[in-house]
This record gives sequence, structure tokens and C-alpha cells, in this order.
Amino acid sequence: MLLRTAWRRVATTAPAAPGPRAKPPTRGLRLRGIDLTPQSAVASDAATALEAESVLRPLYMDVQATTPLDPRVLDAMLPYLVNYYGNPHSRTHAYGWESEAAMECARQQVASLIGADPREIIFTSGATESNNIAIKELEAAIQPDTSLVSVMTVNNEIGVKQPIKEIGQICSSRKVYFHTDAAQAVGKIPLDVNDMKIDLMSISGHKIYGPKGVGAIYIRRRPRVRVEALQSGGGQERGMRSGTVPTPLVVGLGAACEVAQQEMEYDHKRISKLAERLIQKIMKSLPDVVMNGDPEHHYPGCINLSFAYVEGESLLMALKDVALSSGSACTSASLEPSYVLRAIGTDEDLAHSSIRFGIGRFTTEEEVDYTVEKCIHHVKRLREMSPLWEMVQDGIDLKSIKWTQH
Amino acid sequence: MAAAGAGRLRRAASALLLRPPRLPARELSAPARLYHKKVVDHYENPRNVGSLDKTSKNVGTGLVGAPACGDVMKLQIQVDEQGRIVDARFKTFGCGSAIASSSLATEWVKGKTVEEALTIKNTDIAKELCLPPVKLHCSKAFTLGVCICVYGMTQPSCAVPFSSLS
Repeated sequence: MLLRTAWRRVATTAPAAPGPRAKPPTRGLRLRGIDLTPQSAVASDAATALEAESVLRPLYMDVQATTPLDPRVLDAMLPYLVNYYGNPHSRTHAYGWESEAAMECARQQVASLIGADPREIIFTSGATESNNIAIKELEAAIQPDTSLVSVMTVNNEIGVKQPIKEIGQICSSRKVYFHTDAAQAVGKIPLDVNDMKIDLMSISGHKIYGPKGVGAIYIRRRPRVRVEALQSGGGQERGMRSGTVPTPLVVGLGAACEVAQQEMEYDHKRISKLAERLIQKIMKSLPDVVMNGDPEHHYPGCINLSFAYVEGESLLMALKDVALSSGSACTSASLEPSYVLRAIGTDEDLAHSSIRFGIGRFTTEEEVDYTVEKCIHHVKRLREMSPLWEMVQDGIDLKSIKWTQH
Repeated sequence: MAAAGAGRLRRAASALLLRPPRLPARELSAPARLYHKKVVDHYENPRNVGSLDKTSKNVGTGLVGAPACGDVMKLQIQVDEQGRIVDARFKTFGCGSAIASSSLATEWVKGKTVEEALTIKNTDIAKELCLPPVKLHCSKAFTLGVCICVYGMTQPSCAVPFSSLS
């Protein structure tokens, strides 16, 4: 209630959609409409402040790494950050009860996205913790011959979708536990834990436009899957994950799941169209570009392209006003190229030349066009500087050369 | 449409809420921030990119590295009768540091004699560009390239030799 009053007050003093929005957005470097005047700024000065101070930030094309918070998620979280700050495990007063109600509501939202029962969802700090809990189960298994299959639903580097349903069938027929890390898949492709016979599933908040620092693990009840707790304490979350459940974060996760369920079909269609546009434009203008990953069983929002004869990190440096990622060694902390590309049998030189484009819910057509335009321009420029390109143009077969080894 | 709604909500949210801390009004481009500005300069305005006539007797060519390692450098030097390097060209398949190392070093060798060029150490290049330790191998490739060029020129009948980076 307090929040609504505050909101209304600010809304009336600050003119909505101030000046900069009327101008066409500057291509490339996205003008953020957040004003950066010092903390003492009065709301009514918002318009002039916005025009005076804008930070030029790169376009964001790296949604596999993390996603921005959907404003509807923020709306859902705010009351629990400001007003309803009770501990959801407090049983004796209204603060606790209202937090608990919110937590259970969020649990229901997450469960309904994957076709599970809310009692099968345990909140964690993220997909990494969920993975650890799931894998640890292997050690806690009772039968000596129990084993566990763990597969990523959608790969974060190349966007390939694994045949989860088929794997689930095999595992259930062989009485083997099936875990999947669905961090990149939840809310983007339809998932049903019963249909796909999934026993354990890891969910990450910040990959689906939710907050960072929260995730969930789905643990099947029928037939019961037993897991061992990673952290012990007050026995929260049915003893499987002790520690106070962070109400604002789980409310955010729940809201993100609900929004994802509503938007899934529309997002998928729109992202597919944008992905198609990006790939077509690049392939049409540049020769020797390879798309990594199976084109059929592929999530459209994660596009991994290898630009032959151009090194990935140099291309990233050229595309300095777009936030991208590369499977090239230079960008990883070690000097090893991406293990995923190596595993799918990509030639090492192509592994060094790969760039991952991430298209998400908030990516616009203009951003895609700009990225494509810059990409084409810089690949051409870098190829002019590349001895490999020169050799290929002269008709030399690169595979016939005995290169030196590091 | 939901997207338009999300856009409106987003604009409303940004305009009303949370003032982030004041940031300097400059470009926040990721790779550029990690690199020294000299590297960025050499990368964006590389000097001496191109090729010399490899069949000419005065031109030495060196090719170092491997595509599988993500680093291939081709270097050519043109030497006059007195053994002085009058022109140098490079082409690199490699990261920003590799391109910058090659560009800087071709600038340095011009005007030097072959003996002087051979004394350029990769650590000199790395220091000039303020390269982090992990990028030292980029500048090593260049110095080896110089050796190979010179070797190639003294053995006019043999094809471009290859040698390993140590």
C-alpha cells in the first residue's frame, strides 16, 4: 500500500516517457533511459537529467550467460524486499505467514511450468547447487548397482536440444535415475517431468529473466527419489536444503516461471524469427561460416557460428559495442578452446573462430540487424588481415600444411 | 502484444525506480576495457598489414603457429643491399594481442638492420603493449617470425621453413 502511494507520487511528478525516447535510438550503443544524476535528484528533474547524462552501453547478446530481470518479476519481488520482509519459517506471526504464503505460491508457479507437484520443488541458491545435490544422490544410493544419468536439456554453448523424452524412457525402463540440468531450457521449451520421466531437474533463476542467487531442484516423489542434503541446519525445505528460504528471490523465481509459461509460445516464435534473420543475413553475405550444433534439434535463441580464418577473440574485440561470447581459447581463463565444440568434433581452428549470439525476450530486430551488419564488416576486415584467408584465396589447402605445435 | 507491454513496463520501471550509482559517461565496451589502449590502437589501426612479393629475392617470409592453436602469423621483410630492412608486412590470425604485437613489431623493424631486428625480444613487445603474462606467447611468435624470415632469405632455394615456438 505504501509502495503504491509512493509509486503514484513519483509517477505524477516525473513526466512519463521523457524526451530521449522520442528520438530514434542510437544504433549500436543502447542509450539507457536511466538517469545518473546524484542521489539527491528530485523526481521532477528526471526528464532533463536523462537528456543530459546517458551512459552508452553495449547491446546485450549474451542471454545464455545471464538475462535481465523481467519488469513483471521485479514488480512481484519488490513488496517482499520492502514491506513483507518476514522469515517464511516463522510460524508465530503474520510476517512469517505472509512470507510463507508467497513462498508456497512461488513453488506452485515453478511446479506448474514443468508439470510437477509443488511438493517436489526444493528451492536452492541456483542450478549449480541443484546439480550438486542431484549428483550427490549417487553416493547416497542404497542399491549397489544404482546409477544416474545426467544430461543437459539445452546446451548453453551451442543450443542443442537433447532427446530428453527418449532418454527418460530408457532410464525408467532400466530403473536408472535421470537428472537433467534444465537451466537453459526451463520456460523456453515445453517441459513435463512426467511425460519425459525426469527424476531430478535443476532450475536456474537468472537464466529465465528472474533474479540471480536463486534456483530450484525438482525431486520426484513417485517413485521416491532420495537425495542427501548438501548443507545441514534447521531442516528447512523438508530437510533437503537447510537455510532460510529467501522470500523475495523465490517470489521472483516464481514470477519468472509464471511469466515464462505465458510468454513461451510467443517468445519462441519471435526468437525463431530473429534467429533465422541473423543466420540468413550472415550466411548470405559471408562465405565459410559454419553453424555449430545440430540445426534440427536446436533451441533458436542460442546461435553458435564459426567464422573460418578469423579468430574469435579478435572478432569480439571488433564488436566492442555488442556483448557477446566466444568459444575461443583466448577468452577462456585457460588457453583451451570450448570443450563442447571439441566434443562435437569441430576442427580446432574453427573452435577458435566461434562466436555465440544469444537472442532473448528483449532482443529487438534492430539490435540483431546492427549486430549482423557490424559482424559482416569486421569479419571481412579481419579476413583481409588473415594469412589463412590469403592462403585459401591462393588455392592452398590448409589441411595439407604441416603446422607447428605449441 | 506482450512484447510491447513488456517494453512499456520496462520503460516505466527504469524511469521510476532504482537510481544506479553514477557512472562516467563513456563507452562500457567489454574487451576494450580489458586491453591497454595501445593494444586497442594497434588493433583498430594496424600498421603494415598486407603482403610483399614473396618471389622477390629481397623479401623474406616467415610463417609461425598453427590454426589449431588459434595463432598464425605471417611476416615478410624487404631487405636492401646493405642488409637494412626497408619494408615489413604482416598478416595475423589471432587474438587482439597477437595482432597488436605484429603491428607494433613491423613498425620497429623498419629501418633496422637484420642483425638489429633479431635482437628484438618478445618481452620488449609485451612491455610496450602492457600485455598480461598470459599473452606473452603472442609476441613470441613475432620474434620467431623474424628469425624465419632471415633464415629464408639466406637459403633462397628452400621453401618457407617452419619452426616450433619455444
